[in-house]
This record gives sequence, C-alpha cells and structure tokens, in this order.
Amino acid sequence: MEISMNINGDDVTMEAEPRTLLVHFLRDHLGLTGTHWGCDTSNCGTCVVWVDEEPVKSCTHLAAMAGGHRVKTVEGLETADGLDPVQEGFIQCHGLQCGYCTPGMMMTARALLDKDPDPSEEVIREAISGQICRCTGYSTIIRSIQWAASKERETAVSLEGSPA
Amino acid sequence: MQVPAPFEYERATSVDHAIALMERLGDEARVVAGGHSLIPMMKLRLAMPEYLIDINDLTEELQYIRFTEDEVRIGALTRHQQLLESDELAAVFPIFRDAEKVIADPVVRNRGTLGGSLCQADPSEDLSAVCDALNASCVIRNTGGDRVVEMHDFHRGPYETAVIEGEMLTEVRIPIRPNSSSAYHKVERRAGDWAVASAGAAVTMDGSVIADGRVGLCAVGPNLTNVQPISDALRGQAPSEELYATVGQIAADNANPATDTRGTAAYKTHLAKELTVRSLRKAVERATGQA
Ligand SMILES: Cc1cc2nc3c(=O)[nH]c(=O)nc-3n(C[C@H](O)[C@H](O)[C@H](O)COP(=O)(O)OP(=O)(O)OC[C@H]3O[C@@H](n4cnc5c(N)ncnc54)[C@H](O)[C@@H]3O)c2cc1C
Ligand code: FES
Ligand code: FES
Repeated sequence: MEISMNINGDDVTMEAEPRTLLVHFLRDHLGLTGTHWGCDTSNCGTCVVWVDEEPVKSCTHLAAMAGGHRVKTVEGLETADGLDPVQEGFIQCHGLQCGYCTPGMMMTARALLDKDPDPSEEVIREAISGQICRCTGYSTIIRSIQWAASKERETAVSLEGSPA
Repeated sequence: MQVPAPFEYERATSVDHAIALMERLGDEARVVAGGHSLIPMMKLRLAMPEYLIDINDLTEELQYIRFTEDEVRIGALTRHQQLLESDELAAVFPIFRDAEKVIADPVVRNRGTLGGSLCQADPSEDLSAVCDALNASCVIRNTGGDRVVEMHDFHRGPYETAVIEGEMLTEVRIPIRPNSSSAYHKVERRAGDWAVASAGAAVTMDGSVIADGRVGLCAVGPNLTNVQPISDALRGQAPSEELYATVGQIAADNANPATDTRGTAAYKTHLAKELTVRSLRKAVERATGQA
C-alpha cells in the first residue's frame, strides 16, 4: 500500500506492506537511522518518535497507522538555529555513553519540556520511566534534561526582557 | 526481527463502517485501537488477523469522558493518558488515577485505550479490575444496535469477552453514587511493568456502615475482577481493621496465582490479601472524608 506522512516537516510517500512497523519504515525505507531499534518488545523506548507531537514507541506502531499524521524523529530536533537545547544538554552533561537509548530519551525529553518548562526531578524520572538506559544510571540524563530546561527558561526570560 | 504476518489494512471512517467491515470479513478481521496488546501479539504471531480495521480516526465517536447526573460515560478509544489526566474523573473515581499512574509507562499510556484493555481481557489488565470494582457496564454495538452488558458478564474468561463477531465495544458506563469512593494498589517489579498483583476497591457508605463494597483483583487468576464473597461480607458492616482482615483473607482464599518470573504463588497470594486491605481502607477513608 501507499503510505504518506509528514516527517520532520517533509511530506513523504512510500510503498510499504501494511505490516511494516513505523520503526522499520523510518530506518529501512527512508534511511532515517537516528531512531534506534532495541528490544522489539515495547519495553526499552529507544524507538520513541512523535506522532502528532506525542511520543510513541515506533516498534509498536504500524507505519500505516501513522499515515496522514505528522511524525518527528531525532533528526528533526535540530533547527536552522542549531541543536535543540535538549541535544545540547546531553552534550554538556554527558547524557549518553554508548548512545543507544539517546534518540528515544531526547524525543521524550523534548515532549516533556514542551508541556512543562520547569519539571521537577520526579517528573523527569516519571517521563522517561518507559525507557531503559544500560550505561548512565540515568543521573546524567536527568541532569541533561534539567540543563535544557533551565537554558530554555533563561532564553525565554531574556526574550521577554529585550526591547521590542 | 519480529514482524506481523501479512494482513490487509483498512481505516474505519465511522463506528458503523467498522462494524459493517467486521460483519463482512468475519473472524479473520480484528479491530486495532492503541495496538499495544495486539501489535506485540501479531509480532509474536500469537495473533494473525487477515484484516486489520484501524479505529483510531474515530475520536469524535469513541474518545470522550462525559458526566451525566448519575453516571460517567467513557468512550472505548479513550487513552490511558486521558484517563490519568482527567481531574473530573479523579474527583469522582480516584481509583482511575491510582491505577493509571502505574499502568505501563507514559509512552505506552499515550496509545493504549480503555476499550483495548477491556477487550484484551488479560487477567493482568488493571482496568478490568478497576471497571468491575466500580460496577461498570459495557455498551456493545452490532448492526442491530446497542446492547449493554454488566462488567461481570463482559469477561467470559482469560482473553475472552462478551464481544462477538461483528461487534465492537463503544462505551463504558459507570454509575455515580453519593457517599462513595474507591482506591487501587498495585505491586510491580519495576516502573512500567505488569502487576505482580493488584487490588482495587470501591465502597458506598450509608452513615457509618458500608452499604455496598466491591473488590477486584488483578494478576492472581482469571475471573477475579469482582470477588463476590467479599461484597457479601462487606454489606451492612461498619468498617474496621478486623473487617478488612477478614475480607483480605477471602481475597487470598479466592486467589489462584501461578508462580512465574514475577513472583511465587505464595507471595502473590499474600499480596492479594494485603492489597485488598489497603485498597479498602483507603476507599473508606476517602468516602468518609478522612483522606
Ligand atoms: C510495555 C507495556 C506495558 C504494559 N503494562 C501494562 C500494565 O501494567 N497494566 C495494564 O493493564 N496494561 C498494560 N499494558 C497493556 C496496555 O494497557 C494496552 O494498551 C492495553 O492492553 C490494550 O489497549 P490497546 O488500545 O492498545 O488495545 P489493542 O492492542 O489495540 O487491542 C487489544 C484487543 O482488543 C480488541 N479491541 C480494541 N478495541 C476494541 C473495541 N473498541 N471493540 C472491540 N474490540 C476491541 C483488539 O481487536 C484486540 O484484540 C502494557 C503494554 C505494554 C506494551
Ligand atoms: S525497540 Fe521499541 S521499545 Fe524497544
Ligand atoms: S547511553 Fe548506553 S544505553 Fe543509554
């Protein structure tokens, strides 16, 4: 069947079997290998992408079901202005070691900060609780997300304070 | 790599369209809602439908939480996340928020639905225990119209429900009663996991006695979403620690868990008792304004 969706702002149409999972559609059909594929059992969360601004596990989502929707992957985080603050935070605070869990962690973090610009540690821990990191022990991931949150709040304040 | 067996995919444009498709395609067709039980089963080839009918576009018809004078009506496609976030729902039935906080993880909760949970009918499905403790009923639609089935008739056994070929669950109705409250407790091995065991309780008070009480157990055996002997033991009794201990023991006696990687049968039986006590205590505290 023909599957069309908007991925990171671009309209994409591709022939794929109805049984194609979104994670394979992105990685194998479109070459967007930023999204990782891990446990294949809906548990690890490395495959998290957004469908209409909501984080979902793309190994448990049919590409066909995403047809007609907006999908955002880790490749879509960076803008013309540079890296997303979440990406910067992961660099600044060593939010990754092997990097396997990182794309999913960052997509969930971005969605969280869009909803809650100043999340407590507890809220951050809950938000990423469906995602597994075998390297960092999570502390640096949490710090990375906090770093991004405070950077965004500072930017927001300085924009407010700047003359019109 | 786990990939489902081939199937044909169709999007329903209305509930009637979905039902017409199912009627035509028979038992080779399956509805997919959140897909978070069905897709993993298809990947493992435990389910191999030939046609998949996607109902995710039917938000207007199937995704809502509506309050009337004496009941709450929840559309089958309402997602876990929506059930968790609804302050109105938590105010009337705090058991929903108690349970939703510990059902799966936030990303899974963005997709999984009430209807999918009830229709999956896994004995470890938390919302089955929640809905049965609340004495909910299910609206099932077929080409002939709607029929309403009480929760205890809805679940026919593990993975089996009253929904038959050519039918769909459209709505869950929960009666609102004054002087009532509810609570849920679950023990899990790690964040986001299925229950080792859990118990939900709902009570209606009449002055200082329990007029009506229901307890549902989860993951300790099939058909325990409402333990009737517990309701019998609670009726007309004043709440006390002795009463909780008595019904906790009834829960343990009715539990029939299996030893598995989540725990031994003995441990789960202990949990059935202890979580029943805690949920009942909490429900009564809430109903009597002490919590
Ligand atoms: C990692 C993970 C952890 C989880 N942890 C928990 C947990 O702790 N507790 C818990 O309770 N659940 C848990 N779940 C299950 C989760 O709640 C699922 O979302 C739920 O079981 C099914 O809902 P769904 O909408 O995804 O259903 P689907 O997978 O879409 O459907 C499930 C079944 O119901 C049928 N169906 C769906 N909607 C309808 C309808 N309206 N009418 C008729 N038939 C219908 C489908 O045909 C299918 O047979 C977990 C799932 C995952 C992946
Ligand atoms: S690969 Fe999707 S959750 Fe692990
Ligand atoms: S950085 Fe290796 S799994 Fe998270």
